[in-house]
Amino acid sequence: MSADRREFLARSTKLLFLTGAAQLAFEAVLRGEPETAPNYETTGHWWAMTIDIEKCIGCGNCVRACKEENDVPREPYYFRTWVERYHVPEGDIERPQVDSPNGGYDGFPEKYRSGDGSKNFFVPKLCNHCAHSPCVQVCPVGATFLSPDGVVLVDKTYCLGCRYCVQACPYGCRFIDPRTETVDKCSLCYHRITKGLTTACCETCPTQSRVLGDLKDPKDPIHEFLRTHKVQVLKPQMATGSKVFYNGLDGSVR
Amino acid sequence: MGVRFGHRGHLFRVAGLFVAGVLAFLVLQALLVPKGFGVYGHYRAGALEENRVRPVAFAGRAACVECHSDVPDAMKGGRHEKIHCEACHGPLAGHAGDPAEKKAVRPDSKVLCARCHAANVARPAKFPQVEVAEHAGGEACTTCHVAHNPGMMKEATK
Repeated sequence: MSADRREFLARSTKLLFLTGAAQLAFEAVLRGEPETAPNYETTGHWWAMTIDIEKCIGCGNCVRACKEENDVPREPYYFRTWVERYHVPEGDIERPQVDSPNGGYDGFPEKYRSGDGSKNFFVPKLCNHCAHSPCVQVCPVGATFLSPDGVVLVDKTYCLGCRYCVQACPYGCRFIDPRTETVDKCSLCYHRITKGLTTACCETCPTQSRVLGDLKDPKDPIHEFLRTHKVQVLKPQMATGSKVFYNGLDGSVR
Repeated sequence: MGVRFGHRGHLFRVAGLFVAGVLAFLVLQALLVPKGFGVYGHYRAGALEENRVRPVAFAGRAACVECHSDVPDAMKGGRHEKIHCEACHGPLAGHAGDPAEKKAVRPDSKVLCARCHAANVARPAKFPQVEVAEHAGGEACTTCHVAHNPGMMKEATK
């Protein structure tokens, strides 16, 4: 009889720790106050970017500006944004030659010749700020997340440096900052766009190839661009809900 | 009857354990779950603010033209009209905040212009490009061209 009682108590205690009822009841009390943002309504925006490949001249301004703005380690070569050069032999879109010397930081020394039947162009890349991002799904501690305004951000104080998200990103947009051993990635210049500025890469793009846009703002020119151009996202088969829209994206681009 | 109510003590003991368990859970949760976690989603709400507060390096065109209002006029109608100042002049938020102390450095046109205008087959064919060595022969671009309006040539070389 006494063994039964002990068993009953042990079982009840276990059940108690496994139940979420207590958590639900007291959640509101323990949450704390939401952070204040005086001039910026987080729910009033849904950020995206358009990249016009037909306008990109591969100058590397975006790469340099991003490193300056966001204190990205200059060497070894890590990037929040980088530029790739595609060399596609005639008709062979399955085997493009892609290079990105120092991510395009020092520009692209001429390597190919004109008139050999190949197609050559630049593709700037950055975090696609996916609406259904695989990197957010795999983070075990909630250190990477989609903000209410559509930006995939990193909580550096909470990141364990486990690298799951680095592997999960289909676009290779994440790296481990060697100084902090935490993950780092494009924040869409969150510190700038919330102050009414554009991103550092868009600010310095000399041909307006890259343009930041707010999909929730009906007056934003991004709507006109998306209407009048044949746009595509990278790896649409991944269904990541990418919000970086490319105009003139060739089928060879990976 | 007495036998049935004699077992009431067990119920109190279970209830006591239950309350102790809830308290232990609440204390642990308060200690382990960071402040603001779960307000917007499965992350710390404070992380938004932390991402927001960093200082900017590029001041933005609007800040530049507050003082340098003559430059947009000089660029008007030219092919560089839409280019923002810091695309060529570099990050100048420091200068915008303290113009007297932090001076902007004039970029070297030989390096700067070539970044965009050196011939490269990967560049769009319509974009103006030159073989720098042939075109300039080691001369600085600004010897002949007006940087803010490159279609204009300087007087001496007309």
